[in-house]
Amino acid sequence: MSESKTDVTVHPDAEHPEKFSDPGLPSHRPRQADIDPKADKRAERQVVVLFLLSVIGTIVALWAYFAVRPDGTTGGVRTSTLTLGIAIFFALAGIGIGAIHWAKTLMNDHEMVEERHQARTTGETREIAVKKLQDGIKDSGIGRRGVLKGVVVSALALFPLTIAVPLISSVGGDWDVSKFRDTLWKKGTRLTYDPTGRPIKASDVTLGSAVHVIPEVTEEYRTTDEWITEKAKAVVLMVRLDPRDLNPPAKQAGWDYDGIVAFSKICTHVGCPVALYEQQTHHLLCPCHQSTFDVAHGAKVVFGPAKRPLPQLPITVDADGYLVARDGFDEPVGPSYWERLK
Amino acid sequence: MTTTLNPEPTTLVGKSADYLDQRTGVGHAVKEFARKIFPDHWSFLLGEVALYSFVVLLITGTFLTMFFVPSMSLSVYDGHPETMNGLLMSDAFKSTLHISFDVRGGLLMRQIHHWAALVFVASLVTHMMRVFFTGAFRKPRELNWLVGFSLMVLSLLAGFTGYSLPDDVLSGNGIAIANGVVKSIPIIGSYMSYFIFGGEFPGDQIIPRLFTLHILLIPAIILALIGLHLMFVVVHKHTQYPGGGRKEMNVVGYPVFPVYAAKAGGFFFVVFAVLTLMGATMTINAIWNYGPFDPSPVSAGAQPDWYMLFLEGSLRLMPGQAEFVSWGDYTWSLNVLVPAVVVPGILFTFLALYPFIEAKVKGDTEEHHLLDRPRNVPTRTGLGVAFLTAFVVLAFAGSNDLIATHFRLSINEITWIFRVLIFVGPWFAFWVTRRICLGLQRKDRELVLHGHETGRIVRFASGEYIEVHRPLDEQERWVRVSYTANKPLELPAPTGPKGTKDRKYKSAKRWARLSRFFYEDRVEPVTPAELSAAHSHGEHDALPGGEEHAAVTSVHSTDAGERAH
Repeated sequence: MSESKTDVTVHPDAEHPEKFSDPGLPSHRPRQADIDPKADKRAERQVVVLFLLSVIGTIVALWAYFAVRPDGTTGGVRTSTLTLGIAIFFALAGIGIGAIHWAKTLMNDHEMVEERHQARTTGETREIAVKKLQDGIKDSGIGRRGVLKGVVVSALALFPLTIAVPLISSVGGDWDVSKFRDTLWKKGTRLTYDPTGRPIKASDVTLGSAVHVIPEVTEEYRTTDEWITEKAKAVVLMVRLDPRDLNPPAKQAGWDYDGIVAFSKICTHVGCPVALYEQQTHHLLCPCHQSTFDVAHGAKVVFGPAKRPLPQLPITVDADGYLVARDGFDEPVGPSYWERLK
Repeated sequence: MTTTLNPEPTTLVGKSADYLDQRTGVGHAVKEFARKIFPDHWSFLLGEVALYSFVVLLITGTFLTMFFVPSMSLSVYDGHPETMNGLLMSDAFKSTLHISFDVRGGLLMRQIHHWAALVFVASLVTHMMRVFFTGAFRKPRELNWLVGFSLMVLSLLAGFTGYSLPDDVLSGNGIAIANGVVKSIPIIGSYMSYFIFGGEFPGDQIIPRLFTLHILLIPAIILALIGLHLMFVVVHKHTQYPGGGRKEMNVVGYPVFPVYAAKAGGFFFVVFAVLTLMGATMTINAIWNYGPFDPSPVSAGAQPDWYMLFLEGSLRLMPGQAEFVSWGDYTWSLNVLVPAVVVPGILFTFLALYPFIEAKVKGDTEEHHLLDRPRNVPTRTGLGVAFLTAFVVLAFAGSNDLIATHFRLSINEITWIFRVLIFVGPWFAFWVTRRICLGLQRKDRELVLHGHETGRIVRFASGEYIEVHRPLDEQERWVRVSYTANKPLELPAPTGPKGTKDRKYKSAKRWARLSRFFYEDRVEPVTPAELSAAHSHGEHDALPGGEEHAAVTSVHSTDAGERAH
């Protein structure tokens, strides 16, 4: 059948109405259970079996709860979860499938029709509604008393402040956002291993290795709540390169110690820890959004959604040969924010 | 209520009903709702799945709150499993381990809860797709669309706040990302970060705060909105698909009692059962493999829950160059702000406003209770698929690292492909979908005009071959012809004093242009006159075999008609 033939326009005439008319509800098709008493009995038995299955499921679930006790290992927990869960599954599915099967095979399936009404109310109802509102307005006298109206509106608009101001002002702590720029790194702070807190000898850092570093603090401090927050800003990733491969920007020349460079581990994009180091290319990759930083070139961005290089921590060694910070970071670490450069 | 009409109740049920009715007037409600009619279709179950998963979330969530400790106080762990011993962790993480390893059935409840959350959002989104593609959002249901839209946004919030509660490494990094996104907001970003964390990230307050949001505020609002959503369904009565006997002003289906009481009630148990099976057999969020939150470690290949993937992908695709520093040394983090705030903002605004835009370009003020077949509204269907394409491209971009490792591809190349796809994909999907819809409408016309192919080839004495076509029965035909192909709005002549420069006229002109975009290409339904013309087989009438044709096709159609019964 070619398309030109199907798209022929034919105009309605006396014989043919403009539109087809609704053929009405399709005729009802009887189900097996409607015509065959045996099928009806069979369906009923199936429903009974399904509900019985649920009862058995419940009993097994209770048995499993008391009998299959987890022993604290992942394997034991898995067994207990599995037996209990599958038993509960049968307890629930028996009821669910049973009820649906009942409805589909045995309950009346003749379609029924109900009229709809438009959502809007009738003109009469509307008139009464408007009249009632007008009566109310008249009773209150709000139309005549302008000052009263103004004061009521003001009072209602203002009172939420009594809750909102204390709430909002309290939840932000001290609101001192300048803390974003402070870290635990000061001149002379020792670099230590994360998480043991052991100081790092420069000679222990082998060529090509990447070390996760935290600033030296007391062991006690490392169990406090503040520590987590400080650590979230202070974590550093340190790698040792062949000094000949290092090509830092002029500002950061000499911030390494014999090829060992230390960078903030907090991504300048949205703040994930930049933890994947690729030895051959000297690239650091953030596993969250794949920002890629080139450690040999001052951790500048070579790919991804970050804009700024990772801040570098200038380092040297102290008299005992341990790595120490030559100074703190000279810029805020982590993601950008509005007043970062203020 | 003891009148002659209602004799004194004698049975226990009768007495209880009488007791209740005398005190509540419940008779009104029973009279009104017991035999209320609802139409039947599998796609109407999607919303039910969402509702039932939410109930499952409430049940399992209540179990979990009995044992979960929403506190960030740190201590060294000593307990199950052994691999976690000696680690510094918060009470939140510790109690999650306790739920998983020591509370019998605890892990099962945790896993059902997590799976139910994923299914909740998934069914909610597919329900929304059903409503979109069938036009169930049209008058009088626009407001209910907005209620549903709000529920969708709240479900994302509920998911994110719950995901973060165990205070493990993965969710901790999720919160870190959220912190980075909040900080990128110009002017107030830093203060909003303080507002959320009560100081610097992560601080010691975020878990208790998320807990309150997750178990009190968000579910309370969701419950209230579900109530409103369902109340609207009752007020409007459910939409129905077109078909014989189904009219704009009626509803055809089965009564609530007993059919839907059994079907919908049973379906709740089926949903609960499936979620339980998932929780029993499929490990999810095994936090003892990740460890407690620590700002330093992070695992590669980590994925958020599926509904957050599009945000993650959006963040991954944006090139970093978009960040800049303006005069006054203020930092504009557009590399974060655009993908995490602006892009979802545009997508969500489109969703929320669509019903109103469509009504306007259609000039439509009528109530609609019969659903559209998606093919009959090609532009809407195209826009919907384009939207989904954008969502799916972003979600895949959120897994670009897994795609790279699984298929051994370069992550940079994949990212570039997605960067192109996010612009080209939706446009292409729109174009293809709209063409497919128009093609399907033509196929419908073809079917109505010429009937089903039967594969029966007949040769006539004259040597002519024809394939016998079986005409559609009137039910089949009605489904294919009972729609209106909307026409674009006509631009009225300018009436204002400034003529074509008039502001109102210019706005009307823009709307008319948009209306042309929607309705310029359309396929009209077959009219009875066209069908009759097609049946007379055009020029074939002139051939001597004309009567034979008629004989062959009519005999066959009776056969088929009998077989169908």
